[in-house]
Amino acid sequence: MDSTTTRYLADLLRDHGDQIVKRWTATVAASLRGRLGEAELGRQINELFTALREATDGAELTIDSAESSELRAVLTELSRQRARHGFSSTETAISVFALKEPVLEITDSTDPAALRSFVAISHFIDELGLFTFESYAKTREELIADQAEQLLELSTPVVKLWEGVVAVPLVGTLDSARAQVVMERLLQTLVDTGSPYAIIDITGVPAVDTQVAQHILKTVVAARLMGADCIISGIRPQIAQTIVALGIEFGDIVTKSSLADALLHALRAGGVELSRRAGRRD
Amino acid sequence: MDRIPILTLGDILLVSIQVDLEDQLALRLQEDLSDRIVATGAHGVVIDISALDIVDSFIGRMLSTIASISRVLDAETVVVGMRPAVAITLVELGLSLKGVRTALTVEHGLRLLRGARAAELIGLPDDDEPAEPAPAGEPAAAS
Repeated sequence: MDSTTTRYLADLLRDHGDQIVKRWTATVAASLRGRLGEAELGRQINELFTALREATDGAELTIDSAESSELRAVLTELSRQRARHGFSSTETAISVFALKEPVLEITDSTDPAALRSFVAISHFIDELGLFTFESYAKTREELIADQAEQLLELSTPVVKLWEGVVAVPLVGTLDSARAQVVMERLLQTLVDTGSPYAIIDITGVPAVDTQVAQHILKTVVAARLMGADCIISGIRPQIAQTIVALGIEFGDIVTKSSLADALLHALRAGGVELSRRAGRRD
Repeated sequence: MDRIPILTLGDILLVSIQVDLEDQLALRLQEDLSDRIVATGAHGVVIDISALDIVDSFIGRMLSTIASISRVLDAETVVVGMRPAVAITLVELGLSLKGVRTALTVEHGLRLLRGARAAELIGLPDDDEPAEPAPAGEPAAAS
């Protein structure tokens, strides 16, 4: 934006400030349909307005100038907040685009110079809108990345079933990243608890393909290298059929249909004798 | 350090590798160990590698070789204390330490060797591979 237009916009903001803010807030409020408190919205628009006035102090208004740093910060904060509160991208961008209307109203439409300035201002507002959109998308991506990480943390517990027996109940699809986490965590738990038996329960795994089988096999071999025996349990009938159809070889790895069977096997192998007390069976 | 100490625990030899194994050191250990097995008549060797951050193909092969040599001299070898990261790397590399038994800790290793020895002395099948529970007994106990 050249210096004439910048000065024109600065004058406009100074002379018609209240009117612009009022119209601007009203338009945004209508688009958000009351999902954001009026006071909160008013504060945000006021902040934006103040930052915009500060930005017009420079000789030539651009979005990258030093004078616009405050404006950029306010816009980033606004889009960040909207993204976190679940507003859509349109609802976020409209907070910026709604500025066009009051500016157009004030512009004297019979004056060609004023109209030319308006076009330049409109172009600048578009840039602000795009900037908002980008910050919004970035925040959403961060959110998704955070959630994926949390999911990874949540989904791989290693539980101790008995002295010397630990189990990993796998739930959900097993991709390479998760398989790696599972493997590391299981092996670390084996070391920490000194357990010679580990049970990998795949009841919650919806499908086993060659890749998933490969991951499980790797985990079992790694555990063997460390001196622990792995038992695979929770193989559903369908999965057993898939495994055979795919030609996956589990070799001499012990597989059981239920976690209970696997625990029993581990206990027997570990030398634990189980017996049922007489008279309890009713 | 120019050689790795070999400790005698009854009729079992305990080797704890605490330093980076260079080629020379590894060959020395191989020689020392075979000498000691013959000298003491040991029938078990426990090699503790819990201090090793890296196990490459060379060390992997050395462990296999030691196991083979010991077996010829009628001694069983157990490698103990492998770190998770090391195990993962070996699996990724496709190395499986053929013919080497493993255990989690020195204690587990010693128990394994003693169990195997006891089974051997009374002519039972090796304790390392637990016999499958009787098929008939299992469903009854699980129900």
